[in-house]
Amino acid sequence: MRKPGFLPRLTYGSVTQIFLLAAVVALPFADLSISAVHPGAEFRRLVAGILAPSFSAIELWSVVWTVAFAVLGVVAGGTAGLILALFFDRSRLVRLAAAFLRSVHELFWALFLMQITGLSPATGILAIALPYAGIFAKVFAEIFEEADRSAENVLPHHTAALSRFAFARFPVVAQQLKTYTLYRLECGMRSTLVLGFVGLPTIGFHLESYFKEAHYAEATALLLCFYVLIGTRRLWARPWTVPLLAIASLFVLPESTGNGSTWSNMVRFFGHDIVPVPLRSSSLWHGETWAAFGSWAWRITAQQIGPGTVKTLILAQIALIAAGAVALLLYPIVSRRFLGRVGHYLGRAMLVVVRSTPEYMLAYLLLQLMGPSMLPAIIALSLHNGAIIGYLLGRQSDQLALRVDAPKGANLYFYQTTPTLYGQFLAYLLYRWELILRESAIFGILGIKTLGYYVDAAISELRIDTAALLLVGVAVLSMSVDAFSRHLRRRLRIEALPVRLSADRGSGSPAPATGSYAGAAHAQQPVA
Amino acid sequence: MAAAITLDRVSAGYHGPPVLHDITLSVTPGERVAVIGRSGAGKSTLLNTIYGRYTAHAALIPQASALVGNLSVFHNVFMGCLDRHSTLYNLRTLVWPPAAEIAAVMRVLESVGLEEKLFVKAGELSGGQQQRTSVARAMLNGRPIVLGDEPVSALDRVQAGDVLRVLSERHETKIFAMHDIRLALEHSDRIILLEGGRIILDEPSSHLSYERLLPHFKGELQ
Repeated sequence: MRKPGFLPRLTYGSVTQIFLLAAVVALPFADLSISAVHPGAEFRRLVAGILAPSFSAIELWSVVWTVAFAVLGVVAGGTAGLILALFFDRSRLVRLAAAFLRSVHELFWALFLMQITGLSPATGILAIALPYAGIFAKVFAEIFEEADRSAENVLPHHTAALSRFAFARFPVVAQQLKTYTLYRLECGMRSTLVLGFVGLPTIGFHLESYFKEAHYAEATALLLCFYVLIGTRRLWARPWTVPLLAIASLFVLPESTGNGSTWSNMVRFFGHDIVPVPLRSSSLWHGETWAAFGSWAWRITAQQIGPGTVKTLILAQIALIAAGAVALLLYPIVSRRFLGRVGHYLGRAMLVVVRSTPEYMLAYLLLQLMGPSMLPAIIALSLHNGAIIGYLLGRQSDQLALRVDAPKGANLYFYQTTPTLYGQFLAYLLYRWELILRESAIFGILGIKTLGYYVDAAISELRIDTAALLLVGVAVLSMSVDAFSRHLRRRLRIEALPVRLSADRGSGSPAPATGSYAGAAHAQQPVA
Repeated sequence: MAAAITLDRVSAGYHGPPVLHDITLSVTPGERVAVIGRSGAGKSTLLNTIYGRYTAHAALIPQASALVGNLSVFHNVFMGCLDRHSTLYNLRTLVWPPAAEIAAVMRVLESVGLEEKLFVKAGELSGGQQQRTSVARAMLNGRPIVLGDEPVSALDRVQAGDVLRVLSERHETKIFAMHDIRLALEHSDRIILLEGGRIILDEPSSHLSYERLLPHFKGELQ
């Protein structure tokens, strides 16, 4: 008895074909030209710069502020996310709020927040904290849901909810929450770096100007410094150092380069700027007002949201297929099964570089080299996401239990590991679809005409009402793709497979008290 | 005397076909009952069913010790009396345990021979020690009925006997699910034998013998 769906019978093969076909159809509509006059010469300057980094360019305070924004943003987002997670399974409103928060990219949040808090630490911290709260809420809720509840089930009747939580729920998952939060800190560093590209005083701020002026030696030094920060994360970001780092961060925050008082900005923002033009200063009781509003909304939808959405989907679709191809090509290279120890170390190195290089920065750099078109964006997205999926698949292929006389080389790849891992591959790729889409929308800020292009243009012309409507469009698009991807994963029966990069989620937790993970059966009350 | 536990033609299962069929049972206060039977006979389901109906009067010692591995033995045992204190007091105890609570927990731990593990993380204990922690938690809970699902399965026979004895002193009415026939005979007044989810024998222990019960455990190591 199959539930009737709006798609034909789905198999790994048919889904792959449908997605490939969609990308082929999208291809003619994508601008893939290289418009730079001398891309070769520029590339040579880049290589020369990479080979001779100029470490004197490192601005110490920008490094400090990068860490401070990331720590405070993640701590604030994590705290809010934890609170939201407690109501996640009970309240549709909370789920919806979390979905909205995480569907809007931190750069969009930053552009909006700047209208209220200016170029201030508050903008940087909130731009991280808001979307991260949504992500934390969802992941924490999942961790709580999967947690062993056997200890909670034997608590005395009438134990108060808070005591229940503090004794029998929180300690069970504390280790997992810690591990995930520390992993998120790394993502927060990447996000903070990218926020520099829109003016906040982080490492990214200097990177942007060095890239723009083709000072690649200086940019390389900054980037290496950032890699070191990320690479040593496990040394400086520990459960006991994070509170200390958070307090210290509060004291080193930069001064805001003012644009008036936050309060008056807030009043102006919510009372005027974000109110759609037709509704400002005209009576809400009149039919014409709403008719004008309707045509305003329709105009923006038809002229900006529509075309922007199409371009965003085209970019995301091509990048998704390219990322899949990169992943399938890369995974044997980082697998011990194919390349032995070499594969192991290659995988390690790739992971560090990929984890620490934000896609946005990569796209920015490639745009400088190749000129404005979709091509740099596709390369950046497919390299970043393809390498992450490739790394994860490589790890999994190492863990496959193969028979002793298993084939080797190409036969192993085509007959054994790839078919075995294909469901997992699709799970990763479908999960990343939404991330790629979010990122595709944001690349509009770099000049590609995806949704972000229109958001950026509206904000720079101070048409905040238009920008807000566009942002709703972005959120709806990314939530729909997320829902569709989930639907596909369910239909393909791969929804339970792991999808996240936070590799050691769960493995860090101590052994449960005498195998009570089998708990579901006997912990549950029988129904009489 | 009013019965402590009454089940009248109860069937139960886990969202599937019933595991227990038509169970009728009455236990008077002060009784010491051993529920025996092969694995899969429905012993755990019977105990969980009773617990579900008498939650307010019963302390459960579940089969898997059901401890929070990240918390100390003290905190795990203290969980047995969370309902007796205010939330604020409980939270305070989580961070800074008051001397009176330490003393109370210490007393029950002594009776199961675990006093030197007071502030060891429960996750670091051996299986037998975890089981005794779970027993201590039920003792501190102190409700008149104790439902022990294989409460001493990880202990040697001497220790098992000691633990069953202190449990019996602490709680008025005792129901233990066991699969060790000799231990069951030794530490109960009444034996209930389950097979395929039905009670097939319900007699005073003094009327029964090892040899008479053994055939019902064919194929299981005794």
